[in-house]
Amino acid sequence: MKQRPAADLSELPTFGLGPRSPTWWGTLAFMALEGTGFALAAGAYLYLAYLSPEWPLGVPPPNHWPGTIVMLLLLASVVPNHILNRYAEACAMVPVRIGLLVMALLGIAPLVVRWFEFPALNIYWDTNAYGSMLWVLLGLHTTHLITDVGDTLVLTVLMFTRHGYSGRRFGDVGDNVFYWDFVVATWIPIYLFIYWTPRLG
Amino acid sequence: MSSADLAHERDLAQQRAAAQKGDLAPEHDGPRDTGLDDASLDRWLARTWQTAPGIIGALSSVDHKIVARRYLITAFFFLCLGGLSAVAMRIQLSGPERGLIGPDRYNQLFTMHGVTMMFLFAVPIVQATGIYLVPLMVGTRNIAFPRLNAFSFWIYLSGGLFAWVSFALDMAPDVGWFSYVPLSGPEFGPGKRSDVWAQMITYTEVSSLAVAVATIVTVLKQRAPGMSLDKIPLYVWAMLVTSFVIVFAMPAVMITSTFLILDRLVGTHIFNPAEGGDVLLFQHLFWFFGHPEVYIIFLPATGMVSSVIAAFARRPVFGYLGMVLSLISVGFLSFGLWVHHMFATGLPKLGASFFTASSMLIAIPNGLQIFCWLATLWDGKPIVRTPLLFVFGFFFTFVAGGLTGVMLASVPLDLQVHDTYFVVAHFHYVLIGGSVFPLLGATYFWFPKITGRIMNERLGRWHFWLAFIGFNAAFFPMHIVGLWGMPRRVYTYPAELGWGNINLFITAGAVVLFLSFVLFTINLVHSALRGAPAGDNPWNAGTLEWATMSPPPNYNFAHIPVVTHAEPLWAERDTLPVATGLRVDVRELVISTVAEAHPDVREKSATPSIWPLFAALAVGATFLYSIFSPWAVVWGAGPIAITLIGWFWPKGDPEDEE
Repeated sequence: MKQRPAADLSELPTFGLGPRSPTWWGTLAFMALEGTGFALAAGAYLYLAYLSPEWPLGVPPPNHWPGTIVMLLLLASVVPNHILNRYAEACAMVPVRIGLLVMALLGIAPLVVRWFEFPALNIYWDTNAYGSMLWVLLGLHTTHLITDVGDTLVLTVLMFTRHGYSGRRFGDVGDNVFYWDFVVATWIPIYLFIYWTPRLG
Repeated sequence: MSSADLAHERDLAQQRAAAQKGDLAPEHDGPRDTGLDDASLDRWLARTWQTAPGIIGALSSVDHKIVARRYLITAFFFLCLGGLSAVAMRIQLSGPERGLIGPDRYNQLFTMHGVTMMFLFAVPIVQATGIYLVPLMVGTRNIAFPRLNAFSFWIYLSGGLFAWVSFALDMAPDVGWFSYVPLSGPEFGPGKRSDVWAQMITYTEVSSLAVAVATIVTVLKQRAPGMSLDKIPLYVWAMLVTSFVIVFAMPAVMITSTFLILDRLVGTHIFNPAEGGDVLLFQHLFWFFGHPEVYIIFLPATGMVSSVIAAFARRPVFGYLGMVLSLISVGFLSFGLWVHHMFATGLPKLGASFFTASSMLIAIPNGLQIFCWLATLWDGKPIVRTPLLFVFGFFFTFVAGGLTGVMLASVPLDLQVHDTYFVVAHFHYVLIGGSVFPLLGATYFWFPKITGRIMNERLGRWHFWLAFIGFNAAFFPMHIVGLWGMPRRVYTYPAELGWGNINLFITAGAVVLFLSFVLFTINLVHSALRGAPAGDNPWNAGTLEWATMSPPPNYNFAHIPVVTHAEPLWAERDTLPVATGLRVDVRELVISTVAEAHPDVREKSATPSIWPLFAALAVGATFLYSIFSPWAVVWGAGPIAITLIGWFWPKGDPEDEE
C-alpha cells in the first residue's frame, strides 16, 4: 500500500514520566492484580471470621505493638518517598541518590520490626484456621515488602553507576516511589484486620 | 490531518524544556526515517528489529510475532493432547462396562482433559492470537514489555510440560479440573497429584497475567496516532476487556491454589472445617475466577467474529458503540454470577435468587451483540467463505448453549441435572460453540497474514461441515442422556440402564469431530507449504494488520500509520497516511495518550535478551521444588533475584540508556 507522510514526530521527547510512560501503567496494572489478591485474601479472612463462633479462635488477640510500629514507620516513609519523587521528576542526580539511600533504609527498618511481628501473633499457622489466615495475610504483605526493598536496593546501586544519567532511570525511580505507596497503602487494611478485628468481639 | 492536530506544539516545547534540564546524559541522535527511500528504510529497520540467528538468538527473541507463533503452536499441541484424552474417554464410554480404561486412569484423563483445554489451550490460544494481532491492529512495532511477554511463554511451556510429564509418570491430578476440597485436601488426596494441579495453575496464571498486563498497556499507550477510543477495532476492544477480566479474576485462582498447597504442604487449616476452616470457601474463591474464565475465553472470540463479519459482509459492524458497551458490561457482569456454579451446596434462598437473576441478566448484552452481527450481515453483501461459515456455526451452537445456560440459571432445574451429562453438553456448546468455532474461523481468516498463504477453501468447507455435524452428533445427545440421569465423571455404566446405544452414537460423533481436526491439521500444513500466495490484504479488510506485508516484516510497519477512521484501510483506499520522524537505528516506537492517541513520546522498545528464559527457568524450578518442600521459596529467591537483575540491568544498548 502506498504511503504519504501526514505527521512529523521527530520533535517528540524520548521519555515521559508518570502516566506518560508505559512502565507507569504496567506498574498500575500489577498493583491492580496484586491488590485483587490482597482483597480476596482479606475476604477469605472475613468469611472465616464470620462463620466462626469466636474470633480469635482459642488464643488471645495478637500483640499489636510491632505491627503498629511498622505502620508508623511506613506512614513516616511516605514523606521522603514523595520528596524523592519530586527530585526524580527534576532529574536531579545527587538528591535522588540520597533519597534512594534514605528509602532503602526506610524499607529495611520495617522489615526488621516485621521479624518480631510473627511471634507477636500469639499463634502458629498450623494451629487453626484463624492462625493460618493471620500468617497468610502477614506473609502476603511481607512478600511485597521484601520485593520492593530488593527493587529499591538494586535501583540505588544502578543510580550510582553511569547508567543512571538517563530519563528512563529517573522514570524507574518515580515508578518505585509509586509502588512503595502501594506497599504502604495495603498495610493499612491488613494491619486493621490482623490486629484490630480480633479485638472487636 | 497534520502533525499539529496530533501533537500540540505548545506542549512539545514545554516537554523539550523539561527534558533538557536535570542530570541527563546528552541525547544521542541517529538516522531518521524522514526522506529515506523504501529500500534503505527496509534495510535499516530489518536490521534494527531482527531476532539474531542461531539458537541463542531464537531463545532471546522478543518479537511479538515470533513469541505468538510459539504460543499458537504449543497451544495447538495441547489441544491435540486434550482432544486425544477426550477420544480415549469416549471409546471407554462407547458401550456399557468396557474395560479399556480403569477408574483411576479415567479420573486422571477427565481431569487432564479439563485442565488442558481450559488452562493450556483455551486461555493461551486466545491470548496468543492477541499477542500476534493487537500490536499490528493498533499500528505499533512490538507489544509493550516484550521481555515480559517472552518470559510468559517460557513459564506457560514449562507449566504445560510439567502437567503432562506428571501424567506420563502416573501422578497427574485426578480430582476434576476444579479440584474441590476436601477431595483434593491433605486428608483425601494423598501423593502429589493435587499439588501438580495447584502448581500447574500457578504457572499458567503467572503467564496469563503477564500477557494481560502487556496487552492492556499496548492498547492504552501504543496506539497509532489518531486511533482515539472510538476508532479502536472491536477485536482490540475485546482483548482489552478480556485482559482486564484476567487481571481481576486470575488472582482468585492463584489464591485458591496457594491456599490448597499451604494446607497440603505446611499444615494450614484454611479449608479444614475441623479447625475453623471451610470447604465452601474453596468453591467461592475458585468460581470467583472460574466464571469470569468463561468470558476470558468467550470475549476474544466475539472480537474475532466482529472482524470476520465486517470483512465478509463488506461493511463495518453495525452499532459500534453498543458493541463496545456490551463487551464492557459482560466484563463487569461476569464477576457477579459465580455462585450459580454452587446451587447444589445449599445456599440461602435469597442468594440463589440473586445469582439466578444476574445469570439471566448477562444474556442481554450477549444477545445485543448477536443482533448487531445479524444486522451487519443483513445490511451488508455477505460473501460466504470458510471463516464466515464458522461464524454461522458459532451463531447456531452458541445460541443453543446460551439457552441451556438460561435453563440452568434456574435453581430447581439446576438441582435436577447437577453433575449430569446435561451440564457437560451445556458447557461444551458454550465453549466449543462460543470460542472454538470462532477460533477456527479466525484461523482461516488470519492464516494468510501469518504465513503469507491462503488456506485451501475446499478442505476448509469439508472441515467446517465435518466439525459442525460431528460436534452436534457428539454433544446434542448428551442433553438427553443427562436428563435420563447419567452422571458425569463415571468411567463406565451397567448395561441395564439402557444408555449403551446413545453413548455409542455420541462416540461416533466424537470420532467425526476428531476427523475434522485431522483434516484441519492437513489443511494447515499443506497450505503453509503450498497455499496460494495471499498478498497484503486478501479479504480487502479494513483494519491495520492488513496494511503491511504478509507475513509482516520484523518491524511490522515501515512507517507508523496515522488513523482517521475505525476502518482505516476503507477510509484511505489509495494511500495510507503515515507518521515520520522516528529513528531507524534503534527500536523506536510511538507512545500516545490514552484517550485521544495523540503521539506523546518516542520511546525505545526492549532489545532481545536471554534473561527472560533464565528467569522463567528459576521461577519454574522454584514452583516445581515447592511441591516437595516449603523451603523452595527460600532457595528459589536467590536465583530468581539474580535472573531478574540480569533482565533489568542496562547492557549499554541505546534502547537501555536513553
